[in-house]
Amino acid sequence: MNRLDRIFGGERKVLVAYLCMGDPSIEESIDLAQACVRAGADVLELGVPFSDPIADGPVIARASQRSIAAGGGLQATLRAARVIRAAAPDVGLVLFGYYNPLLARGESRAVGEAAEAGIDALLVVDLPAEEGDSLRAAASVRGLGIVPLLAPTSSADRVAAARFSMAHAPAPFVYYVSVMGVTGSNALQAASAGARAGALATAMGRPVVVGFGIDSREKARDAARQAAGVVVGTALVRTIELGATPADRRSAVERLIRDLRAGVDEA
Amino acid sequence: MPSPAPRAGYYGPFGGRFVPETLVPALDELTHACETIVRSDAFQREWRGLLDSYVGRPTPLGEAKRLARALDPEGRSLDRLWLKREDLCHTGSHKINNALGQVLLAKKMGKTRVIAETGAGQHGVATATACALFDLPCEVYMGAEDVRRQAPNVGRMALLGARVVPVESGSRTLKDAMNEALRDWVTQVQTTHYCIGSAAGPYPYPELVASFQSVIGEEARAQVLAAQGSLPDAAMACVGGGSNAIGLFRGFMKDDGVALVGVEAAGEGVNTERHAATLTMGRVGVLHGSKSYVLFDEGGQIMEAHSISAGLDYPGVGPEHSFLKDSGRARYLSATDDEALAAVSLVARTEGILVALETAHAFARIGDVARQIAAAQGRPASIVFGLSGRGDKDLSTLLARILPDGSLGAASRGAS
Repeated sequence: MNRLDRIFGGERKVLVAYLCMGDPSIEESIDLAQACVRAGADVLELGVPFSDPIADGPVIARASQRSIAAGGGLQATLRAARVIRAAAPDVGLVLFGYYNPLLARGESRAVGEAAEAGIDALLVVDLPAEEGDSLRAAASVRGLGIVPLLAPTSSADRVAAARFSMAHAPAPFVYYVSVMGVTGSNALQAASAGARAGALATAMGRPVVVGFGIDSREKARDAARQAAGVVVGTALVRTIELGATPADRRSAVERLIRDLRAGVDEA
Repeated sequence: MPSPAPRAGYYGPFGGRFVPETLVPALDELTHACETIVRSDAFQREWRGLLDSYVGRPTPLGEAKRLARALDPEGRSLDRLWLKREDLCHTGSHKINNALGQVLLAKKMGKTRVIAETGAGQHGVATATACALFDLPCEVYMGAEDVRRQAPNVGRMALLGARVVPVESGSRTLKDAMNEALRDWVTQVQTTHYCIGSAAGPYPYPELVASFQSVIGEEARAQVLAAQGSLPDAAMACVGGGSNAIGLFRGFMKDDGVALVGVEAAGEGVNTERHAATLTMGRVGVLHGSKSYVLFDEGGQIMEAHSISAGLDYPGVGPEHSFLKDSGRARYLSATDDEALAAVSLVARTEGILVALETAHAFARIGDVARQIAAAQGRPASIVFGLSGRGDKDLSTLLARILPDGSLGAASRGAS
């Protein structure tokens, strides 16, 4: 059984943590990823920094620039994935990013390297259901899933298109972009987003996580009630940005993840 | 074997819609509007009426006799050079053709707000103009570096009632302005129309922009036939994202005897890291929603382009140009910053026209193209040239280089 299927098929609600890999350095990202796992994250989204992150707000955009300046990118992220996988055989690992770094590497080659590094699935923010069947086919050959995204603007037609794309590569879960906006928007109505995620899970036949705007125990709890789980991204990246020393950053990350873990466990 | 059916939204393998899911329904809505509203007789009548009465179309096709002789004193390679004068459009460039079309469409679609990106400021000014005419609020994203080097256009947009938002991220040029406009659109997609200025971006934008700009090529073809009684040997234009070039090329696409030539910005040289020659030096990638030639590094990170002209300073290009390059229907050359500056001087002094720095890049290659055609066919060439815009906006860049005798120094003599 696929690792992500096992995680989503388990008893508890799923906590997904996004890290911009390489911010502030790839070594520290590995350390912070392990801190997330210790504090209760079930799945890690290993963010590949991209020069032109059009779906991201200023916090993740800044982190991406810092990471690229420090040598971050697809290869550095995959190197980190190997280390994280070796230390945490059960955690779900999603390679998260934009399409061009995968295209530049070559889709089959990139997917093969991801599989060897212990990645379970890919999530590509600028690859809607109609695009990227070549990537889905390559992923499928290597046993990797592709995580579809749905948004508040997604109509029944869009849900059908996302379902159809699952024929080309398995979707271990669905990422519900719960806010009209870029990452880091404040406008999340957690309970109604959770309800929408629950409805989409029925339509898609797959577990759905609430993806944008989770930054507190209360929002995590309210969103997770009717969803399979929640993702924390910007709040985590901001916590890292604000920490003065590696020790400060690690303890702040652990605190935030424990808090959100408590929230989803209350759901 | 029959070739596969063309995929909707694609030009061969190029194009598509590589955007966050949130935007896909808006692109569907826009695609539907293109197929219904834009195609309707009523819309076409209204838009073309505005082109006549407000823009000043048709623009003239004038013969540049002194420039032709300056480029080819003995008349061996260049017989007739025809300038399609988009600089004479209201607002000073071809950008108004598309901006009026898209803002009119936004109004018909019930959108209450328009956003745009701009590099040189010409598309921003055109969009601000159309929004003033149609009473829609307008916000224009512009790289902070471009705000500095195209100050007159920033002032024009403000006077027209638009809000200019300087973008401080990345290289602070057109690429970054487009990122920020896309982020704005994701946030307010239901009320806002994003008026893209180039024949780039996710489908249907490349087709929508090309359809509005193809008025350039339609007119030019009829005008050159009337003027010289035959088709030209080549149609030439500068290419950044490529809207004016695609507009001109569309008029001659089916005329196999007409060579299509685009000229990109070589900046400080295509063998340096400072250029914007995407088709010449790029590889196939995805930027701003479409698959096309893109300048990116080994890790897939988009590179910062460089050109003295803000309008060509972009590491991507419209997908149809990528297709025309690979299919061989068009070919693409480049010209450096210094060659463009020299061309500004030459055209000003021989024809009395101060052209935009963007346009000047293509002027710099006319002599070469004429010589190649003349050598191939054994008689001097006739060329239709897309004079996409006027150069007033570039005065601050030009004044930093002007010499006591009125000629322009090389790019290295002043700050770019």
